[in-house]
Amino acid sequence: MLKQLNWIVGVCVCLLMLSSSLALAYDYPFDNPYIATVLNTPAEFTYDLPRETPVKIDTIKMFPEREIPGILWNFDELRYSYIRQKGPAPLIFLVAGTGASFHSAKMQIMQKAFYQAGYHVISLSSPTHPNFIVAASTSGVPGHLVEDSADLYRVMQAIWQKLSKKMEVTEFFLSGYSLGAAESAFIAKLDEQEKAFNFRKVLLINPPVSLYNSVLILDEMLEHNIPGGNDNFNAFYQSLIKGLTEVYVHGDDIEFNDQFLYQVYRYRKPKSDKKVAALIGVDFRISSRNMVFVSDVLTKAGYAVPKGLELGRHDNATDYLKVTSRLSFIDYFEGLFLPHFRAKDPNISERDLTRQMSLRYIEYYLRTSPKFGLIHNEDDIILLPGEIDYLRDLFGSRAQIFPHGGHCGNMAYPDNVTAMLDFFKAVNKNSGGYDNDNR
Amino acid sequence: MTTDNNKMLRMGFLALALLCLLVASGCSTTPKQDVNLEPPRHKAEDVIKEGVDYAIDVYDPLEGFNRRAYTFNYYFDKFLYLPVVNTYEFITPNYVEKRVSSFVDNVYEFNNFTNNLLQLKFKQTGVTLTRFVVNTTVGVAGLWDPATYWGMERQPEDFGQTLGHYGVGHGPYIVLPIFGPSNLRDTTGLIADAMAFSAAGPPAWVDDDTTTQVFTAVAAVDKRHRAKFRYYQSGSPFEYDMIRMLYTSKREMEIAK
Repeated sequence: MLKQLNWIVGVCVCLLMLSSSLALAYDYPFDNPYIATVLNTPAEFTYDLPRETPVKIDTIKMFPEREIPGILWNFDELRYSYIRQKGPAPLIFLVAGTGASFHSAKMQIMQKAFYQAGYHVISLSSPTHPNFIVAASTSGVPGHLVEDSADLYRVMQAIWQKLSKKMEVTEFFLSGYSLGAAESAFIAKLDEQEKAFNFRKVLLINPPVSLYNSVLILDEMLEHNIPGGNDNFNAFYQSLIKGLTEVYVHGDDIEFNDQFLYQVYRYRKPKSDKKVAALIGVDFRISSRNMVFVSDVLTKAGYAVPKGLELGRHDNATDYLKVTSRLSFIDYFEGLFLPHFRAKDPNISERDLTRQMSLRYIEYYLRTSPKFGLIHNEDDIILLPGEIDYLRDLFGSRAQIFPHGGHCGNMAYPDNVTAMLDFFKAVNKNSGGYDNDNR
Repeated sequence: MTTDNNKMLRMGFLALALLCLLVASGCSTTPKQDVNLEPPRHKAEDVIKEGVDYAIDVYDPLEGFNRRAYTFNYYFDKFLYLPVVNTYEFITPNYVEKRVSSFVDNVYEFNNFTNNLLQLKFKQTGVTLTRFVVNTTVGVAGLWDPATYWGMERQPEDFGQTLGHYGVGHGPYIVLPIFGPSNLRDTTGLIADAMAFSAAGPPAWVDDDTTTQVFTAVAAVDKRHRAKFRYYQSGSPFEYDMIRMLYTSKREMEIAK
């Protein structure tokens, strides 16, 4: 009798779970990963976040002695932002993705969500952002996960020293998206030894497995998708502007704002992925050429700018823009990155360096530490085939992988924001610490 | 009428002063290359090809002046314009800010009207006129914008766009002090619009110097309040070039409409 009852209850539970999982089908609007990556989450589909927060933008000087070349004058102090809760609360550090600042759209999604959920928030630019390279990178040669993460860790401590009197902090959390997620993993590892924060939970959102592989994919998106190759970039740009203009002229109520591309998309859907992929490639190339130029000028590497040439505040730099726009990450890797690390250690090989630019480098730690969580997408375009399965295996039950969203496209989608907040909320309950629901 | 004359005189002076400034500082800023320098790993001559067009290239003979004006605007923003705007945002509720924006837009419908008319866009001219009448009456002096709600979208046109409409090219790029990115065509448009506005538009109807001055100040604060752009915050070491390219493209799109 009891057995049968158990069986009936079991069936009911199964049915319930089935129906609830059906009800919770993932309805993120774009199942094309390229479209998702470009358009992200249009305003009408986003999680309800506060429009305004009491966010403060502050600066910190990491290297007071450093001489800043004239043309980089406005990058001399590291800018970051923070939001404070009134009472005691956990503090979460957020790290931006490739080329992005502390204030990027995706950082604001995270910042607002965590602030709304009751956390103090400190937002940091990516070590690949020009401001970070100039003001906070020890080497001035970004891209090395271990070194960049150590720089971030130093910045976090310096900022914390500055703000500790202003905030009552119960415990420390850490999260980042894209490259910022990979760096968060390395920061957490460093924190195990240095124990400045003892991060209790660390959430990685859409990290690359191998930075090297992902960057090659992004470079190819540009190089393989512009008809006629890079010499035809202008034609590509003009046709893009022409297409946008046509929609702008004939479309009703289309305005230049953050929803502009989505408005255009609704009016005229692209026929193939090629143009959209090229757009992603262009976006990445803009970030990478900014990074490379700044690194070149700062370290006087003689990469695109002649060694010994002083570029002043108002000097024309268009030629260097054109040159660095043409160079891929491989060019940077071989022409600036590798020589820099060879100069420090002549025995280091290319393979050593690429190995260190991967989550596999700290695989054992990531596999065994319970503090990690992963949010990723099945169709993330920066991963090679098989890499998502690697992550699924690496993080097991700590991973939540959504079916769509491309690279970070779904970060503002309600299911994703909820998953992000729930990851940290769960530990709060277990630890008996700060908890929104029990107050 | 003396008010108008004063206004026009002032405008004329402004234009003249601007021109002098431009001529005086149109010096080149191409860095002086030391021929003895070791060439970089990737030389410009190897990459940049003759006969290839670059999207980033915009005619900019006044680059020396422009880059300095760009920096000037950054400091002007930092020490004067933005503190004023921030104070305005701090003391004014969002609701009131929106009413102010509507009011300012409504007053400037004058320029949309004249330029739609000059471009012989009669439908848009009619829409603009109706908008002005509806918003001034039902919208309580333009504080609200019921016209948009009833399907009459704003038809923004300025004299720069009118010139573009008739085939005038953008001419040299100019970064105007305080006003920001522009070019010869759009600067001409800006001055023409301002003169027409003060000679025949709402300031002439009101004919009161103080009112006009207060309105101009409010409009300036409202304009900066609505513009999200901040100098040197893009994080790009090539911001000047990028803004120059994007401004030019954006204006082309606006002219096409």
